[in-house]
Amino acid sequence: MWTNEQLWLPPYSYSAFTSTVNAAAEGCLVIEANHNVTNYIPESALLICFGFILGGIIWGADKVQTFALSPRVFFFYLLPQIILDTGYSMPNKLFFTNLGGILVYAVIGTCWNAASLGLSLWGCHMGGAMGDIEIGLLQYLLFGSLMAAVDPVAVIAVFEQVHVNEVLFIMVFGESLLNDGVTVVLFNVFDAFVSLGGGGIDAKEIIKGIVSFFVVAFGGSLLGFVFGLLVSLLTRCTKNVQIIEPGFIFVLGYLAYLTAEMLSLSSILSIVFCGICCQKYINLNMNENSVQTVRYAMKVFANGSETIIFVFLGISAIDKTIWVWNTGFILLTLLFIFVYRFIGVFFLTWILNRYRLVPLDFVEQLIMGYGGLRGAVAYGLAAMLDETKIKEKNLMVCTTLIVVYFTVILQGVTMKPLVNWLKVKKAAITELTLIEKVQNRVFDHMLVAIEDISGQIGHNYMREKWRNFEEKWMSWLLLKPSARKKQDHLFNVFHQLNLQDAMEYVTKGERRGSLEFIRNESAFIDFKKRFDEDFADAMPDIMADMADEEDGASAMRRDTIPSVSLEMYEQNMRGLRGAEEINSHHLLQQHLYKGRKQHRHRYSRSHFDINQDENEVQEIFQRTMRSRLESFKSGKMGVAPPKTITKHTKREQQPKMLNGKNKSCHSGDEDFEFSEGDSASGYGASFPMKIGYRAGAGIENPAFMPDLNPSSAMHIPPWLADTEPEVNLVAPSERAQVRLPWVPGHHLPSLRTRTRSGDTFQVDDEEQGDREHLHPPPSPPQDDHL
Amino acid sequence: MGAKQTRSEHDHQDLVEKTGFSVEQIQNLHKRFQQLSGNEETISREHLKSVPALANNPIRMQIIEAFFDKRNQHGNELGSYETIGFEEFLMVMSHFRPPTLRTTTEEKETMRKEKVRFLFNMHDTDGDGKITLAEYRKVVEELLSKSGTIEQEAARAIADAAMLEVASTNVPNMGPDDFYEGITFEHFEQILKDLEMESRMHIRFLHVNTTKVHCGK
Repeated sequence: MWTNEQLWLPPYSYSAFTSTVNAAAEGCLVIEANHNVTNYIPESALLICFGFILGGIIWGADKVQTFALSPRVFFFYLLPQIILDTGYSMPNKLFFTNLGGILVYAVIGTCWNAASLGLSLWGCHMGGAMGDIEIGLLQYLLFGSLMAAVDPVAVIAVFEQVHVNEVLFIMVFGESLLNDGVTVVLFNVFDAFVSLGGGGIDAKEIIKGIVSFFVVAFGGSLLGFVFGLLVSLLTRCTKNVQIIEPGFIFVLGYLAYLTAEMLSLSSILSIVFCGICCQKYINLNMNENSVQTVRYAMKVFANGSETIIFVFLGISAIDKTIWVWNTGFILLTLLFIFVYRFIGVFFLTWILNRYRLVPLDFVEQLIMGYGGLRGAVAYGLAAMLDETKIKEKNLMVCTTLIVVYFTVILQGVTMKPLVNWLKVKKAAITELTLIEKVQNRVFDHMLVAIEDISGQIGHNYMREKWRNFEEKWMSWLLLKPSARKKQDHLFNVFHQLNLQDAMEYVTKGERRGSLEFIRNESAFIDFKKRFDEDFADAMPDIMADMADEEDGASAMRRDTIPSVSLEMYEQNMRGLRGAEEINSHHLLQQHLYKGRKQHRHRYSRSHFDINQDENEVQEIFQRTMRSRLESFKSGKMGVAPPKTITKHTKREQQPKMLNGKNKSCHSGDEDFEFSEGDSASGYGASFPMKIGYRAGAGIENPAFMPDLNPSSAMHIPPWLADTEPEVNLVAPSERAQVRLPWVPGHHLPSLRTRTRSGDTFQVDDEEQGDREHLHPPPSPPQDDHL
Repeated sequence: MGAKQTRSEHDHQDLVEKTGFSVEQIQNLHKRFQQLSGNEETISREHLKSVPALANNPIRMQIIEAFFDKRNQHGNELGSYETIGFEEFLMVMSHFRPPTLRTTTEEKETMRKEKVRFLFNMHDTDGDGKITLAEYRKVVEELLSKSGTIEQEAARAIADAAMLEVASTNVPNMGPDDFYEGITFEHFEQILKDLEMESRMHIRFLHVNTTKVHCGK
């Protein structure tokens, strides 16, 4: 379809090409390094400007434009990886929930755009607004069809900075992806019509055109789906060749694209659906390292392609041959594109809102209309026009470029201020608490039940049916048996938190050396100082995140500590053997904060270096400390949980504490322990006191635990009495903390069983929990676990 | 038959005001009600249990109980019915009505509060106004029971974790010796205040007859 370009680029173009790419990369680095700039101007705009400069340089040197963005290079080498990346990191549930709306915009909206633009321009031409150019009605329609499509690359580039809420984003973005089906068909149909000339068009051709739409769109999607299944199956079987697993993903993705091209189907749809289908399965099937690699590589390729595309778009401007200026044509095109986009969006949304559960409000519609950006796809199509058939090709190319610059630069720059000014709902940052997650589950089932009772087959019913089908058949087929277990998300998060907690204890205990486990009065350390530095380099490994469906690959810096702790972990646990457990350990390492990161901005390509936040490091520490507090308090409160549970709850809560600084109830809690808000320093300030107590009393050795009995629970250490106002709440934390080194010994054996079946562990703690309903936790367990 | 018709229409008119459904929707639901009850005036738990599709639903019992729960009738009674009539059936269903474009913000607030109240009632089975740990555990265990990967103890642990999380947020409000009994309604509301319920608790009730199998959009 796009194959009417020459096969080779002239040799000197290659060197110029490479140098341009180098320059582009460096430009990209400069831009990345200067985040202040990118806050105001999207990268894409900067890159285009950069391209202008480069183009100017080349032209100045050569006096002729040696190369521009050729459609072939664009469609075959630059576009596929971007689209694959979007498919792979697409939030599926959101996408399919809104699929109806997306399709309406993509299909009807694009057709409307094309028709309205073409006809209006023709009308104006007839009215003489454009002077003397040779474009007929059909050519106008052709031009309309190539200008109509909203461009996915541009949308990502601009919306990346502007974190609008998920629904809005997915509507615009989904539309930009799916409208490729329509664009391809329209373009080809009108291209064929132009070749046939006006006389050859009859009903038969038109019907062929309409039918071809269905074939192209559905065929492309189906093909993508098939390839997605293939990839999933493949990853199921590649247990022994894990190193090259990532390669398969890319190869098969690209194959999906090429196959669709070959069959004249919609290639973008194909590769998108390939990515959408396979993401769940390959993430579960593949080794963690492979998943990491795939994510990273995808982002790298996509980023690279996007950079090159925009730079080339800039360079392409500096080409004298295409500069044909026709004021009427260009200005009218800009005007009509803008206006008709809004009209289309408002009209379609009005229809859609009658069927949607959560209607799109006016502001969101405005942003959707404004976000109808044209980009490189339009330019690629324009460059592919046949000059012999369309005499004014240069004018069209020039206009397309101007439109692209207008939308990307102007609309891109003003998008963020507009979003802020209109107070569009932004993406939620905080993580759901565990209770909210559970509640979501409840909702799902409840809705299905009500639909069943009220006898209606609705959305939820279908979704439930699909879910059952998928769990039963597709997962069975496409997932490795071990991977099937990891499926349930709620459990996943929870399980990981358990593991992570244990890991931390071991790491901490190990770092202090085994001597710390014995009574050692001189072991007082300036904890803050030591802890900060130790923690800072150990934590990132444990915190290496694997964001689930979106942007993250993390900076996986492995250093020696985790592996050492792993050994200790293993020694202590005796039973922690087998690939499964080690795998869980690695899973843990990479999935910490998984739940939290779920809501991070999915579409930011450059900002996924999420572990460098100082607060995060402290946050984990604070969490565990708090959880120890909780475990004591819970005994007091009559809520009798097993010990490790306490840690997890805090985990869920923590993001809220740090991110939701205005939640008074949380910050109040923090104040007790840390005598300050959620700052790292606040934490450190109160900490040495506690360590002093701990080390001094040498409570570490469980043998000495019986000293502490319930009645002394409220006994306030004298040296703390006058230093802390909220004394009765600090004391518990002392006590809770007292259990710190003891804990590893306690938890690890039980954790072993937990990773297998979770039976005995819970039962143990449950019983104690029940018994010690009104007693503080520390006393009974130590008897059992010594 | 004619008299009966008009009388039921008259009743339906009352129900329109009470529940906010439209007349067509009420008529459809009435047909469904009669289908479920076997053309009797009231339905009992067994009738609801016999809905075949519900068999796979993990929280089936809670949902069915919700229909018979007096607290969901917008009155102030406690306890539960043995059998319910059409009006009660409709009242429960009205909790799932989506807001139209015409609902005002206050109405939306009220609706949301009703939904939260419905959820609360579902958890708080003994009606004492608090969700205790045991009650919450039960709900979560049921919820996760059908999911193959989570055993009962793990489900219990999750329930405990969630409960503790909630308890800990309540800590600043309590004195040192207070006993945390359970989640009260206000607290529950506060926990869920950020949770987006508009799209999660709606059923599209149709205006056309759907007693035949029909795609509901």
